[in-house]
Amino acid sequence: MALLELRNVTRRFGDFVAVNDVSLSIEAGEFFTLLGPSGCGKTTILRMIAGFDQPDAGQIFLNGADLADTPSEKRPVRTVFQNYALFPHMTVAQNIAFPLKMAHLPRSDADRMLKEGLELVHLSDKADAYPHELSGGQKQRVALARGLVNRPAVLLLDEPLGALDAKLREEMQVDLINLQKEVGVTFVFVTHAQVEALALSHRIAVMRDGRVEQVDEPAKLYGFPKTRFAADFIGHINMLDAQVLEPLHGQARLAVPGIGDIMASHLHGVPAGSKGTFAIRPEQVRIGIHEEIQELKNHFRGTVRHFLYRGDVTVFKVSLPNGVIMEALLPNSAPGRAELFEVGDSVSVGWRHDAGVFLRD
Amino acid sequence: MNSKVRSFFSRARLAKLTVSGPPFVFLLLFFLLPGIIMVIASFRYPGEFGGLAPIVSATPETLHGLTLETYRFFFGDAIYARVLFKSFLVALATTLICLALAYPLALLIARSPKKRRDFMVLLVILPFASSFLIRVYAWMILLGPQAALSQALNGVLGALGMAPVHLLFSPFAVLAAMVYVHLPFMVLPLYTNLEKHDPTLLDAAQDCGANAWHRFWRVTFPLSLPGIYSGSALVFIPVLGMFAIPDILGGTGDMLVGNLIKEQFLVTRDWPFGSTLSIMLTLTVLLCVWAAAKLGSTRGHYA
Repeated sequence: MALLELRNVTRRFGDFVAVNDVSLSIEAGEFFTLLGPSGCGKTTILRMIAGFDQPDAGQIFLNGADLADTPSEKRPVRTVFQNYALFPHMTVAQNIAFPLKMAHLPRSDADRMLKEGLELVHLSDKADAYPHELSGGQKQRVALARGLVNRPAVLLLDEPLGALDAKLREEMQVDLINLQKEVGVTFVFVTHAQVEALALSHRIAVMRDGRVEQVDEPAKLYGFPKTRFAADFIGHINMLDAQVLEPLHGQARLAVPGIGDIMASHLHGVPAGSKGTFAIRPEQVRIGIHEEIQELKNHFRGTVRHFLYRGDVTVFKVSLPNGVIMEALLPNSAPGRAELFEVGDSVSVGWRHDAGVFLRD
Repeated sequence: MNSKVRSFFSRARLAKLTVSGPPFVFLLLFFLLPGIIMVIASFRYPGEFGGLAPIVSATPETLHGLTLETYRFFFGDAIYARVLFKSFLVALATTLICLALAYPLALLIARSPKKRRDFMVLLVILPFASSFLIRVYAWMILLGPQAALSQALNGVLGALGMAPVHLLFSPFAVLAAMVYVHLPFMVLPLYTNLEKHDPTLLDAAQDCGANAWHRFWRVTFPLSLPGIYSGSALVFIPVLGMFAIPDILGGTGDMLVGNLIKEQFLVTRDWPFGSTLSIMLTLTVLLCVWAAAKLGSTRGHYA
């Protein structure tokens, strides 16, 4: 049985359907992420799990028990808020001890748990500081300690890294993974940053307009997106309009208007004549002079339109004969930029027959 | 570069002077100077026909010079300290009643939808649209023996077999008007404070297991202490020196220190003693402010 289960949950605000018939089941000990653009309903789901908001329809179960009649303060669920929401009139120790105080734990237990909580986030030396005396990263850690101090069943994190600068954010990502491993509490993480979601999660639910588009492990989600939205929202991807010609054992020849046929894999159960999109990641697309690329099943000639030097890689934008711009990544493993191609060069792009996915309309 | 820095600094200093100069001069002329005059006056003799006796006199037989007489007089009779203490109690009671009435109201306004808040604040300050004295006189009508309130109250008391009460010219009338007049001064600072509270703090408290009671006493209330302090100061200090309300609505026994001071200047014409009483009143206020600051510093020393 799943630890946390959402069954056909719907939430409306006037005419706006913020959460539309969402069903999810989250296992104990999981790092589960709700990923989507702002307004997709992910925060509303979080607020309903926390008890700040009630579903208009559907149910939320924790350990098999319906949470509908349990007020927020009685749920074994903690939240780490986007702006941390630390109590400004309390010290770090008082903030972290607040849930212990509210739970009326015996003094000795509370003292021990507070000490552990401070140690968990390496803030023992800041116990008597006030929140305004802390840096953003430290505030973040106080919020985490307050959330974890009496080991809730679920910790909800509402874009907790959004307010931190890029470098700190990456450090906190590592800290979060370690922290979650250490305490074993189920994390439900909300973010619009796909990089964060991919790096942190065991599973990700991609959301759009109040609906869940796809729930999968990060690698599956990235490699085999099931919808155009999921493919486009996570990372970069090239998209070609395509039609299935001859499917056979999961493989098929696809017709791409303007450039010809391509070979594609992973097409189980897709009948001939299906229309859709062929999507392929830039790092799967090779770019080179014609002779190098010809060995690949799918290869096309094109012209370099732009290139973006990114340090670790260079992104080439190559226009194909049908006008589609295809992105290809070239790692800069040699010193200096791989100065192979310039704007206007005639090149070939190609990819293996088993790269990319076909998304039916 | 040096001259640039210097000109920058002198310009900054000039700007500072322009901003702080006028209020400084104003306070110097109309607060500090009169204060010094008052302190000096308290050590002088009263003049024969009011005013003050000269400090230096050509004729030695007339009253002149400096004396501690007024202070001896003040400390020589417990009645003055008692009046001062009674004024303190009235001010304290007014402040506490105002706080009890204003807090729920301020909280209600602060948690109303933004569109409605301005209108509600307008209603709070609306009484200022009419004159203070007119509003106090209005209480004479409201509390008068022929008014509906007195009639109804005494009707009930009569039915219960108790003696009728006289509402007007009583400590009750004084307290009611004091609270009525000063209530907006408590509501406004409280509202200004409560309105700034981050609502997610209450969510966070609830999330941590706090019920409505704990959310109020452990989050809202401690965070509103600065508002409580400033509201209390705005009520307490003027009430301590108030003379108009006891004059109009109080009975003969309801003399407060404000009335006493007014009397020294306008009736008894004993300016030195009036000055002494004023100094005592000022010292009482300073003592209360100091005590409040002391209390405040031990509680929330957060930004």
